[in-house]
Amino acid sequence: MRIADLFTFSWQVVSGSRGRTALILLAMGIGVAAVVLVSTLGEGARRYVLDQFGSLGTNLVIVLPGRSETAGANPGFIVGKTPRDLTLDDALALGRSHAVKLIAPLIIGTGDVRWGAKLRESPILGSTAELLPVRHMALAQGVFLPPGDPHHAQPVCVIGAKVREELFGAQAALGEWLRIGDRRFRVIGVMASQGVTFGTNTDEVVMVPLVAAQALFNTESLFRILIEAKSREQVAAAKEDAIEILRQRHEGERDVTVITQDAVLATFDRILRALTLAVGGIAAISLAVAGILIMNVMLIAVTQRRREIGLLKALGATGAQIRLTFFTEAVLLALGGAGLGLAAGKLGQLFILQLYPQIPFTAPWWALVAAPLTAVVTAALFTVAPAAHAARLDPVAALSRR
Amino acid sequence: MIQLRGIERVFVVGGEEVHALRSVDLEIRQGEYLSIMGPSGSGKSTLLNVVGLLDRPSAGSYALDERDVTGLNDDELARVRREKIGFVFQFFHLVPRLTAAQNIALPMVLAGVPPGERAARLEQLLGEYGLEDRAHHRPDQLSGGQCQRVAIARAMSMRPGVILADEPTGNLDRHTGREVLAVLERLHDSGGTLVLVTHDGELGARAHRRLRMVDGKIVGDERARGAHAAAS
Repeated sequence: MRIADLFTFSWQVVSGSRGRTALILLAMGIGVAAVVLVSTLGEGARRYVLDQFGSLGTNLVIVLPGRSETAGANPGFIVGKTPRDLTLDDALALGRSHAVKLIAPLIIGTGDVRWGAKLRESPILGSTAELLPVRHMALAQGVFLPPGDPHHAQPVCVIGAKVREELFGAQAALGEWLRIGDRRFRVIGVMASQGVTFGTNTDEVVMVPLVAAQALFNTESLFRILIEAKSREQVAAAKEDAIEILRQRHEGERDVTVITQDAVLATFDRILRALTLAVGGIAAISLAVAGILIMNVMLIAVTQRRREIGLLKALGATGAQIRLTFFTEAVLLALGGAGLGLAAGKLGQLFILQLYPQIPFTAPWWALVAAPLTAVVTAALFTVAPAAHAARLDPVAALSRR
Repeated sequence: MIQLRGIERVFVVGGEEVHALRSVDLEIRQGEYLSIMGPSGSGKSTLLNVVGLLDRPSAGSYALDERDVTGLNDDELARVRREKIGFVFQFFHLVPRLTAAQNIALPMVLAGVPPGERAARLEQLLGEYGLEDRAHHRPDQLSGGQCQRVAIARAMSMRPGVILADEPTGNLDRHTGREVLAVLERLHDSGGTLVLVTHDGELGARAHRRLRMVDGKIVGDERARGAHAAAS
């Protein structure tokens, strides 16, 4: 039997019993659409989280004071040590590394921000001009903190979108003087609204030069040093250099923790990918159910088509040919269902995208391959028994029954 | 061309053995026109099924065209059946979802005859059996006589040496039955071997050789110049 004839024959069967075909297509379609949609949701969540990390800045290396890992060897040493503060000079020293592109030292505290009679408690960020490119932030108005020697502070500040709105309302904020604690700062810039990125709402902060923040909070100690490596490949080198430079500056003691964004990202990536696979797998159960439906329908078909099978055998069909016709039929149904399911999944994806446009919902490629493949494989597997049953039918008995 | 030696066919029904065929010896030569008659349950159809390789004898040997086919497996039997034997059934056994032309082409499809050759043979068959204008009708749109002509054309599509017809007129009115029989006899006239199982003594009498079966045994084997032979 020629392949084209086999397909024609099975096509005639499939298109001959429309109701039955529609039901199987529906079941298979739902299964495939479920896998595609669920994995789309998971993949969307994963990408959303990754994008959020990406918005923190790319090739980011973060230096924290203190060491969070346990070093082992000498417990007394760990208990007895007092971590040295990270200072501005520590931060500037990191510029010796060839892998480092930008350095933004950071101090965070809370202070009362006043303008005229209005008062607002707000997180105060002390940093340098480099913070803007390192964190990939955008300005709405004015300029950012001025570049120059970070040891000297000008009395200027940049405010978040929400701070501007609440303190100034419709009035112009640029050029006005704010009072933070017991110091006065002139507003030189307003940040564009960018929402919450991992805990810090940049809309609600007031940014001042680092030295000014050190004076405000009466501390030399940095909260973080943000480093942007020159490229993705240089991230590891930047991390090594940072550890080494700070070790030398801290009398040979390694008392800082260096986090690369890559490591954090990779962890989230793994967790969310596993989650997507798990829910995708659960959705795939519906495909198995559809497979069982196919088996049922095929078993009924073998009973209904007994005479036809007997006839085909009388006309010289071999057992293999009979089996092949059933497999082809099942695979055609599965492919049709998979096509419908993929289309429905795409529609569903567009629909969710309408509801949550900020989350990048796309179906992962593996789901687009795995779902139809699973459909076809389950269909074929579940047809093994009915097809074997059909091939074993005794032609005389099959033909004589009316 | 067909040689049966000591053929037995035993069915087990409800724990009891039923002998459908008892030590049947039969030789059918190329080009014979043979009828098998006998009461219901005498084993006519079983004999036809054994000759047509649809059923396997419980004992005995069967040689078709000098080849022993007793020991062949199912798939080998299917291939022999495809090449050498054409079946015509009482209930036509057309595939309801296929058109007349598709039904006729079915054995050629199963045998993998190339589409070009298939189309040519199909056209010829439709012409021979007067089915040109019915080619694209489904069986439920055809009369009984047309259905049986489609079935005969289908049986002939692989140009088998033997046509086995089991009560081919049993489901047709008398007039149509005659027409169908005439078609079958035309096949015989062109050199084919025709084996006809029937209840109808009048039809059976037209054959050149008439077998009578009772209780699974051949009890009569008459060679005569039948009515058909006389007419031709």
